[in-house]
Amino acid sequence: MRLELRGITKRFPGVIANRDINLVVEPGEIHALLGENGAGKTTLMNVLFGLYKPDEGEILIDGKSVSFHDPGDAIAAGIGMVHQHFMLVPVFTVTENVMLGVESVRGPLGQQLDRPAARRRIIEISEAHNLRVDPDARVEDLPVGVRQRVEIIKTLYRRSDLLVLDEPTSVLTPQEDEELFEIMRSLKASGTSIVFITHKLNEAMGIADRITVLRAGRVIGTTTPEEASLEKLAEMMVGRRVSLVVEKKPAKPGATVLEVDDLVVRDDRGHVTVDGLDLQVRAGEIVAIAGVQGNGQTELVEAITGLRQPVGGTIRIQGKPVRHAPRAVLEAGVAHVPEDRLEDGCVPAFTIAENLVLNTYYRKPFANGPQLDRDAIEREATRLVQDFDIRTPSAFNPVSNLSGGNQQKVIVAREFSRPVHLLVAAQPTRGLDVGSIEYIHRRIVGKRDEGAAVLVVSTELDEVFALADRLAVMYQGKIVDVLDPAQATTQQVGLLMGGSRPVGIVEAEAAGGLTHVVTSGG
Amino acid sequence: MAEQRPADERPTGEDVPRPSVRVRLAGIARGLAVPVLAIFSALVIGAFVIVLSDVTFFERLSADPGGALGTAIGGVLEAYGALFRGALGSPTGYAEAFASGDPAQITKAFVPISETLLAATPLIFTGLAVALGFQCGLFNIGAEGQLYVGAMFGTFAGFAFAGLPWFIHLPLAIGAGFLGGALWGFVPGLLKARTGAHEVIVTIMLNYTAYRLIEYILKVPGYQREGRNDPISKVALESSWFPPLIEGLRANWGFVLGLVAALAVSWLLFRSTRGFEFRAVGFNPSGARAAGMSIAVSTILAMTISGGLAGLAGTSIVLGVTHSLTSGISAGFGFDGIAIALMAGSRPRGIVLASLLFGALRAGATPMQSITGVPIDLVVVIQALVIMFVAAPALVRELYRIRVPETTGLETFAKGWRV
Repeated sequence: MRLELRGITKRFPGVIANRDINLVVEPGEIHALLGENGAGKTTLMNVLFGLYKPDEGEILIDGKSVSFHDPGDAIAAGIGMVHQHFMLVPVFTVTENVMLGVESVRGPLGQQLDRPAARRRIIEISEAHNLRVDPDARVEDLPVGVRQRVEIIKTLYRRSDLLVLDEPTSVLTPQEDEELFEIMRSLKASGTSIVFITHKLNEAMGIADRITVLRAGRVIGTTTPEEASLEKLAEMMVGRRVSLVVEKKPAKPGATVLEVDDLVVRDDRGHVTVDGLDLQVRAGEIVAIAGVQGNGQTELVEAITGLRQPVGGTIRIQGKPVRHAPRAVLEAGVAHVPEDRLEDGCVPAFTIAENLVLNTYYRKPFANGPQLDRDAIEREATRLVQDFDIRTPSAFNPVSNLSGGNQQKVIVAREFSRPVHLLVAAQPTRGLDVGSIEYIHRRIVGKRDEGAAVLVVSTELDEVFALADRLAVMYQGKIVDVLDPAQATTQQVGLLMGGSRPVGIVEAEAAGGLTHVVTSGG
Repeated sequence: MAEQRPADERPTGEDVPRPSVRVRLAGIARGLAVPVLAIFSALVIGAFVIVLSDVTFFERLSADPGGALGTAIGGVLEAYGALFRGALGSPTGYAEAFASGDPAQITKAFVPISETLLAATPLIFTGLAVALGFQCGLFNIGAEGQLYVGAMFGTFAGFAFAGLPWFIHLPLAIGAGFLGGALWGFVPGLLKARTGAHEVIVTIMLNYTAYRLIEYILKVPGYQREGRNDPISKVALESSWFPPLIEGLRANWGFVLGLVAALAVSWLLFRSTRGFEFRAVGFNPSGARAAGMSIAVSTILAMTISGGLAGLAGTSIVLGVTHSLTSGISAGFGFDGIAIALMAGSRPRGIVLASLLFGALRAGATPMQSITGVPIDLVVVIQALVIMFVAAPALVRELYRIRVPETTGLETFAKGWRV
C-alpha cells in the first residue's frame, strides 16, 4: 500500500498541531517519523487513523483520496495502529483480545464465538513474523513487550498492510527493542509498510528506510539513514546544534556520602529484590547503575529515599543512619528525581509554583508558621521557571498541561535548586526528547561539580555511559560489578546486565572479593 | 494527547506573568456560567412540571389552545413569583413598609430574606464539611450523622451549664458541637489511615449509629426533658442561643458563624501549609508521600475537621432555631451538603452561594404552596435538576454552546468523585 498525506493541517484552540504536512510512505517501507515531544507526530497519526478530522489537506491511499470518519474506516482501508498506551482488555485472553470487534462466529445462528478459528489464524500470523505469544494466556499476565506483540497481531489479524507504531520502544527493555526490530524487518519483507514514530535518533537510524523529521508541527525534511548523521538529525529535531556527548571534567571524589551495606529490600509482593547490596557514592562523583528493568533498582532507590522499609542492612548518609521516611531523608540533604514522575515526582493537578515547593513548603521562606507565604513561593517559581527554562505561559498553570520534558524540568528544578549532599535520579530522562535530555544531563553534571554525590539509575546504556564516573551493574538485586566507563565496553556491560560474567571478574572475586573491586573502581 | 499541548510552543522564559485582573474576572465568569445556566435550565423544566401536572390544562388545551397556554404561562409566573417573593420579599412590600415608617412593619418585610438565611445556615456548614473531605480525596457521606452528634453535644452544653454569661456559654456550646461532630469524623479517618477501611462505608454506617444514638440519648433521664414521654431534649438555656441578627427575625448569628467558617476553611485549604498537604494528598497520594507528607495525618485531620464542621450545622440548628434536640432536626442537610459541595466545586465561596440558593428555594417553597397551590415538592425537583445539570457540565455547555478552552475530554471520566 502506498500512503500519501498532502497538505495536512490540524488546529487546536490556540495551537496549530500540524501545518501543511506532506508525507509519502512507499509499500514495504519503514518510515520513521522523528520529532521531539509536542512536535505533532501523534496528532498526525491520529488524523491518519480517523481519530481527528484534518482542517485542511487530504489522505491518499494508492493514489485515491480517502476520508476517514472514525478508526473503523481507517482499519477497513488497511491501516493498523499500535498506540503508545495499549488498548487491550486485561482479563481477556490473547485470542479474545485479537478477535474483539471482528469476532468470527459459528453455529446455525452465528451466535457462538469461533475461538478455534481465531486461534489458528493467530498462530499462523505469529509464526510468520516470529511474534511469539501464547494465544491462550490472559493479557494481564503478560509482560509489556508481549502485550505489544499482541497489539501488532491485532492489526495483522485485521489484514492491515500499513502499520503505525507510536513510540513502540518507550515501554521496552533494550533486548525487547531488538526483538521488535526483528519483527519489523520481517513485516517489511512481507510487503507491509510501517510508520515508526520515535524521538530516539539511534532507532530511526538503525531501522528506517527513510526518516521524516517534524518540528513544531511542520515537516523539516525527509532523509535516509545513509545521508543523515545523528548530529544532523538532532539539529533538525531541535532546531539548533545539540551536543550528544555530555561534556564533563574528570571527577574529584571527596568523602563518602552514601554508604549502603548488605541491604535487603522486598518488593510489594514480598519478593526479595535487593539482596545484600553494597554501594558507596562519594561527594563529587556520579555513580550510575546500569541494569535491566526489574533487577531491584526501583526498590533500591525507594529504600535510599525512605519510601520503602528495608528488611535488612544499613543505609548511611554522611556517616549517619537515617530514619526511613521521605521527609527525614530529605532533611538529611538528599534530592530525589523519582522514576515515575507523574506518580511520585509531582502532583499533576497542582500548579508549577506549587509543585516547585512540594517538599519545602513547610519551611522558611515558603511558610510563616502555619501559613504559606505566597509571595515567596511566587518569587521562587518565577526564578526557577527562568533558571530551568521551563516552557510555560505562566507558573500558575497546572503541571499536567506541560509536555513530559517540561514536567521533568519542574521536578529537576525543585530537586536541584536546594543545597544537597546526595542526589538520587532514577531514569531521569525516560521518554524525553533530545533537547531535554541534553539539558538534564548537563544539570546532573553541574550538581556533581558543586560537590554533591550523585547516584543515577538508568536502563539506557547510552545514558549510563554518558554520565558515569563509576559504572555499577545491577543484576538480581546485587551490584555485580563496578567499572570505569572509560575502559568498559557496551558489550561488556550488556553481558553483566544479562547475568553472565567476563572471566577476569570471576578471578578478581576469587582473589579479593567483590567489595575490593568496588572500592578500587573509583 | 501530549502532542497537542500548546505550552511548549509559546516560549516565554523571560516573564512569567501572574493572571491579570481581566483574566481572573473572565475565569470567575466562566466558573459561574455553568451554575447559573443550570439554575435557569432547572427553572424551565420546573415550569413544564407545573404546567403538565395541572389536569385542567389538558382539558382547556383542546377547547381553547391559545387561552390554555396563556393561563399556563400565567400560572408558572405566578408560582415562581410567589417562590421569589417568599425567598427574597416583594419590592412593593419593602416600599410600603418603609413608607409606613413603622419599625415592626419594616422588620416584617425582611422575613423572607431572614428565612432564606436561616435555611442556608446549616447547608453552609455541611457543604464545607463535604468539600473539605473532597479536597483531601475523601468522600464524607457521614455529614448527617456528624451533624446529629454535634447537635447532641451542643445541646448538652446548652442546657447543662447554668449561670454562665452568653459570651462564655455560647462559644462553649459551639465548641462542644464542633467536638461532637469531630469525634464522629475522627473515627472513619482513623480507620482509613490505620486499616484502609473505606470512609464511604464507615461514614454511612456511622450515620445509622448516630440516629440510634440520638434516639437513645433522648430517652435518657437527665437529657430528656422532664415530664415528657416523647424523645425530646431539655431546652438549651438562653445564654447559649445564637442571638437574632435583627430583633424580631429568625435569622441569627449562626449564619455569620457560617460565613466565618467559610473564610476559615478557605484559609485552611488555600493559604495554610496543612491545606497544601490536604490538597496534595487528595490529588496524588503517592506524590504527596514522596514529598515527605504524611497521608495518615492528612486523612485523620481532614476527616476530623470535616466532621466538626458538620457538627456545627447541627449546633446552629439547635442553638439558633429549635433550642432543643429532637430526632427530626435535620431534613437531610448532611446529604444536601454533598450536592452543594459538588455544585460549588468544593470552593468555600461557591458553597456560600449555593447554600443561599438552596436556602432561598426552601424558604420560598412554603409561601408558594400556600398562595398558588403548587406543591413544595416542586422545589425538591428543581434542586435535583440544578444538581444534575451542574454534575453534567458537558450537557449545559452543549445546550448553550459554550466553548471550552483546552479540554481533553477524558479527564471528566478519569477523576472519580473529585470535583
